[in-house]
Amino acid sequence: MRIGVALIAGAMAFSMSAHADTKFVKEDGLVSYMITDSMAINKSLTGAAGDAANGRKLAINRKKGNCLACHVMPIAEQQFHGETAPSLYGVATRLSEGELRMQIVNAKVTNEDTMMPSFYRTTGYNRPDKKFIGKTILSAQEVEDVVAYLMTLDKDE
Amino acid sequence: MRNIMYAAVGLMMTTATAMAAGTPYHEGSATIIEPTDERNPLAEVVSGIDFRKSMIREMQEDEFSNPGMIVVDYGAEIWEQVDGTAGKSLSDVWESCAGMDAATAAVSYPRYHDGAGKVISLEQQINYCRETAMGAEPYKWEKADMLGMTAFIRYQGNGEAINVSIDGPAAATYERGKELYYQRVGQLDMSCAHCHEDNYGNYIRADMLSQGHINGFPTYRVKWNGVGSTHRRFRGCNGNIRATKLAYGHEDYVALELYLAWRGNGLTVETPAVRQ
Ligand code: HEC
Ligand code: HEC
Repeated sequence: MRIGVALIAGAMAFSMSAHADTKFVKEDGLVSYMITDSMAINKSLTGAAGDAANGRKLAINRKKGNCLACHVMPIAEQQFHGETAPSLYGVATRLSEGELRMQIVNAKVTNEDTMMPSFYRTTGYNRPDKKFIGKTILSAQEVEDVVAYLMTLDKDE
Repeated sequence: MRNIMYAAVGLMMTTATAMAAGTPYHEGSATIIEPTDERNPLAEVVSGIDFRKSMIREMQEDEFSNPGMIVVDYGAEIWEQVDGTAGKSLSDVWESCAGMDAATAAVSYPRYHDGAGKVISLEQQINYCRETAMGAEPYKWEKADMLGMTAFIRYQGNGEAINVSIDGPAAATYERGKELYYQRVGQLDMSCAHCHEDNYGNYIRADMLSQGHINGFPTYRVKWNGVGSTHRRFRGCNGNIRATKLAYGHEDYVALELYLAWRGNGLTVETPAVRQ
């Protein structure tokens, strides 16, 4: 599980913090964060709470989260839900807030082969379209909004 | 622990959606062939048409309703037309210049060609013959003449099994194509394999993913309101994941094309295919 961190280290600046069991990630122009030994980012990226209603919109928006491309979600008004990833029904009962934040920020830390995009990462890409160079898919606050929305998904159906 | 949960959820979802998908692949009526080469990572080789619903399949299979047939007919016309300083048509020079008849060419490209000294696509072979044997100007890639000519030549092999070679002088191009197939690209950071190898038969939002074969190219797409080449499709898939699009005819697209054609060796040519 930890291998992912070592492998992506080339693309980002990692440094060991005071505690041997946490990793510090800093990319130019982005908010830095700590990954704990249990693969979580426990602190809000912005220090502010997320807006769950906006998070839900971002999950639908094809140019933003587009989470529906791959996941089935409790968003009944949208006709098309993908099936290339696990359903997100009840995900808040399976993962902690910090684990959810890690999954959105950079899912490759827990699974280096995952198909899921890294929503808050700007380095280590091959042939990115020049419109997107140096940009994240979601802003730090948008990550928080999505996390807040996911925390409301506490029912299995 | 997390992985076990995905597997369980995934299994439930697959069963539920298998019913709804309504494609030959999901209904068990697809033509499934075994790979012709043990190096092929696919356990089963399935044409893209078997992941489409009946409306699209009927449009493709009925030559009178297939909108791509106009392009084939146009290709048949210019195939016989004299063009260039040698006073010849492509039909006059093709066999000696390409080294095989049109029906064989339909299942053999991309291919290493001695004259060109490298692996070339069918488009490049056509232009090679126009320039060297006809004394004619090369066609532009995604324009009516080139689409017509490639569609016409591929149509000569319609129903025949694709059989490209990746050995000998084509080996390095195959290796490059394979590398590109598994390379993550773009801001969304995905490889072709994430969609077309790991997830064929699954919906990605509103689109049912196929294995990404090229046995039906040039293909008529409703979205394009016309016929397009494999390289146009590659540019589309690259753009969707926010990667730079390579130029038509780029050597990396030729390499990818060879690699894809080989993964689909044994599938029959379905040019002109129809897609949404
Ligand atoms: C291109 C496909 C894709 C997109 C888009 C995508 N994901 Fe994922 N996601 C996956 C896959 C595949 C997994 C399975 C885990 C893995 O691959 O490591 C996953 C796993 C997850 C998990 C962990 C689920 C669990 O039960 O442990 C969460 C949470 C998640 N995604 C949330 C999101 C959110 C929120 C978005 C939108 C901002 C999103 N995903 C967009 C493919 C995707
Ligand atoms: C995010 C998912 C995704 C990725 C990554 C992707 N594609 Fe596609 N591709 C699609 C979708 C969706 C379609 C249309 C449905 C289908 O046939 O799979 C498609 C269609 C195709 C087709 C047409 C298949 C047919 O039968 O008409 C080809 C060829 C293709 N892709 C090649 C590629 C190549 C090569 C790559 C890597 C450079 C790639 N794709 C990457 C989603 C993707």
